[in-house]
Amino acid sequence: MNAHVATKPLTSLDDGIAKGDMLLKVDNVSLSFGGVKAITDISLDIRKGEIRAIIGPNGAGKTSMLNVINGFYTPQQGVITFRGKQRRAMKPHHAVLQGIARTFQNVALFKGMTTLENIMAGRSVHMKRNMLWQMLWHGPALREEIEHREKVEEIIDFLEIEHIRRTPVGKLPYGLQKRVELGRALAMEPSLLLLDEPMAGMNLEEKEDMSRFIIDVNQQRGTTIALIEHDMGVVMDLSDRVVVLDYGKKIADGAPEEVKNDQAVIDAYLGVAH
Amino acid sequence: MKRLMGGTGLEHASTSLDTFPKYLLLNARRFADRPAMRHKDYGIWQSWTWAQQRDEIRAFAIGLQEMGLRHGDKVAIVGANRPRLYWTFAAAQSVGAVPVPVYSDAVAEEMSYVLDHAGVKFAVVQDQEQVDKVLSFRDRMPTLEHIIYDEPRGLRDYAHDGLSDFGDVQARGEAAMRDDAGRAARWEEAIGKASGSDVTVMLYTSGTTGRSKGVMITAAGAVDAAVGTASFDQLSEKDSVLAYLPLAWVGDHYLNYAQGYVSGLCMNCPESQQTVAQDLREIGPTFYFAPPRVFEGLLTSVTIRMEDGGWFKKWMFRKFIDVARRHGEAILEKRPVPLTGRLAYGLGEFILYGPLKNVLGMSNIRVAYTAGEAIGTDLFSFFRSLGINLKQLYGQTEAFLYVTAQKDGNVRADTVGPAAPDVDIRIADNGEVQFRSPGMFSGYYKEEDKTTETLTDDGYVKTGDAGFFEADGQLRIIDRAKDVGKLRDGALFAPKYIENMLKFFPNIKEAVAFGDGRDFAAAFLNIDLTAVGDWAERNNIAYASYQELAGHPLVYEMIAKNVDETNRRLSHEPMMAGGQIRRFLILHKELDADDGELTRTQKVRRSFIAERYGELIEALYDGSPEKFVSTEVTYEDGRKGRISATVTIVDAKTYSPAAAPVQEAAE
Repeated sequence: MNAHVATKPLTSLDDGIAKGDMLLKVDNVSLSFGGVKAITDISLDIRKGEIRAIIGPNGAGKTSMLNVINGFYTPQQGVITFRGKQRRAMKPHHAVLQGIARTFQNVALFKGMTTLENIMAGRSVHMKRNMLWQMLWHGPALREEIEHREKVEEIIDFLEIEHIRRTPVGKLPYGLQKRVELGRALAMEPSLLLLDEPMAGMNLEEKEDMSRFIIDVNQQRGTTIALIEHDMGVVMDLSDRVVVLDYGKKIADGAPEEVKNDQAVIDAYLGVAH
Repeated sequence: MKRLMGGTGLEHASTSLDTFPKYLLLNARRFADRPAMRHKDYGIWQSWTWAQQRDEIRAFAIGLQEMGLRHGDKVAIVGANRPRLYWTFAAAQSVGAVPVPVYSDAVAEEMSYVLDHAGVKFAVVQDQEQVDKVLSFRDRMPTLEHIIYDEPRGLRDYAHDGLSDFGDVQARGEAAMRDDAGRAARWEEAIGKASGSDVTVMLYTSGTTGRSKGVMITAAGAVDAAVGTASFDQLSEKDSVLAYLPLAWVGDHYLNYAQGYVSGLCMNCPESQQTVAQDLREIGPTFYFAPPRVFEGLLTSVTIRMEDGGWFKKWMFRKFIDVARRHGEAILEKRPVPLTGRLAYGLGEFILYGPLKNVLGMSNIRVAYTAGEAIGTDLFSFFRSLGINLKQLYGQTEAFLYVTAQKDGNVRADTVGPAAPDVDIRIADNGEVQFRSPGMFSGYYKEEDKTTETLTDDGYVKTGDAGFFEADGQLRIIDRAKDVGKLRDGALFAPKYIENMLKFFPNIKEAVAFGDGRDFAAAFLNIDLTAVGDWAERNNIAYASYQELAGHPLVYEMIAKNVDETNRRLSHEPMMAGGQIRRFLILHKELDADDGELTRTQKVRRSFIAERYGELIEALYDGSPEKFVSTEVTYEDGRKGRISATVTIVDAKTYSPAAAPVQEAAE
């Protein structure tokens, strides 16, 4: 943080959508694997600048929903509108190019690579020079590398992981790996960030740290976040709006307080005979 | 306030240089393009020259003036080692305000005590964490007008009056300089006119004994002390330090800030607390300070990593460490060494010592100090034998650090050196070390009575530590003065000194020595269950509990040898010979913080133990061979129970001061 560093602050992609307007809309989406119906006729929306939580008991279809949003699964029915454009089928790398990044329930980093290299990998979507240029590593390619490295250093500073910059991520404790994974997703400068159980398996302190980072990402960078989480305390504190799924159906949608007092939600969590 | 230095870059010192801002202006001229400050940020070392540093400080100082900072106001500084926080010291001093650094890990309550007691008007803090703490008690603090933060992260949506960004304050200062062409010149002029008798900094003691006290240091004295030690260690603008110690600690303020300003050396701020080791390697400082536990940690990590090496590497490591042990210190001290030794050491430097020092970030070290607690001889020698000029100093906040310091080439592990430049030291009748020094404090802030208590009538500072001078003029600190007593025959009795010597044996975990006002010294011991248990296993001694092992005759026999060795060592020290242990016992239970016998930091609570085991102490002195005791204990789950045992008490061999063993049956 000083005058000598002239990096521009990292932000989300400027997509021309005002804060609070619709960023992503899912209309009547259904997804099934053979005879198993993972998602049945779900509609939900995500507004720009909010933290949107998707909760529900095990097997409710939360991860499937994320996979539909980032294009990993193609739903049999329904329409997805992202940044005003309708789409049905697309590949995950298209989602990345459009500004959707995600982290995974089980950490999916390159274990043998360092923190720096992992986050740098997240920048590849923004690299313009082709492989030949990058192999020459000279002139424009070198300039580009330096530019991206500055962005990455900013993320390292933001997530307070300076001390593990050169450590292979496989050697890191789980909580830090989760943080590196978040860093890699941030490096893509997404306009929508999908977090699949960012706090699973963490202790209380690690959860508090992670919550802090999620709030900071949302507030300082204006990144829209959709997250799946099981820790209700965390969900209620963090999110602006919560959608609740159960057995592939949407059973509630609204502000954390409303959802918490919703009878259908209480039934779903406490278990009522269906 | 003058002293002309030869050949150290300090010769520009003249009568008028009696504050640190005056040195800032001087350095900005004489070392304009030399680095003054570095900070690793975004993975790169950013640096500022002395001229740039002056500009940063000037903009901030004038910004503070615009916000209402005046002569005599107090400015709290809270955070890690960051350039901007160091600049705050000089900025405050430049307008006659008093910086008050506060430990950044202090909880809100401790912090509010200091800020309230000092009556601070401005608080300059590092980040959101510290802002939150200050805001939590701000309502109760009418004097506090402004909070200024270095890192804006997370603070964007804070809607509080009087909360400003450091950069914005600087911008205000710059705007004021644009509007008024003479402003900068007037700032410099005011620095030139400032008096050396102003308070330059207020350092709050860590407060291990009661509430922390604000130690006031005056500018001229502080400069004088810093000039003295900087020339003692020949510091110059070519030196560099890694500033990683707490800002609020006198050591950091003295070694980095005070010495830095008078000598013009470059201060380097690490990226974060966790990256200190890495940053040390990258910077390769020439001057280094660390408490003994840091050196201990380094040695342990080196040893562990060597254990993982292949047999050849391990063999080589052992071989050359052995060479270093034999010749290293002699070479460092330029004493004669046989040619073969020199050649072997030279080869070792190439193969082992050089690379090892490089890994530790110690390749360029010219002067390194350790202080704060006793350092083991082996540990101390290890680093010295590698060619690192590690020395000891003894200091206090009230002295503005230095009381004694060891001279190059005249270094020992068990002493802290002769008096530092211009320091007078004397030993009072009760054995307490007292001193007068150029940097000594002018008093505790708002605590006249405590100031009077700490000073003698003729103006010496009572350190509270007991010590004595060795024949070669080096001071040796033995214990806290209040714990030092006398045996009935008048011989000195320093319990901690004896206890440390006993605990040096791996078999002895804890020791509590008694003797004040008694006929002789005696001790309670705790065996180390790991070490003695290991020994028992190797010797086929079966035992079911600590109590059983502690009472085993063979264990007593082994421990008696340790006590015997302790007595032999004590007999070699004229001052301590009277304190030899004549009788001892091994306690039937381990001393435990849960039972109130130790503090939470594992220090023996002597008076509590004396009360709890009063009958055992009597048994030590009435000559009985054993004593039945029953003691209440608290289990981990909070339940209480009793342990009872018959404790054996044995006599130990003592030595006459001449060191020839004289069998002496106590009682």
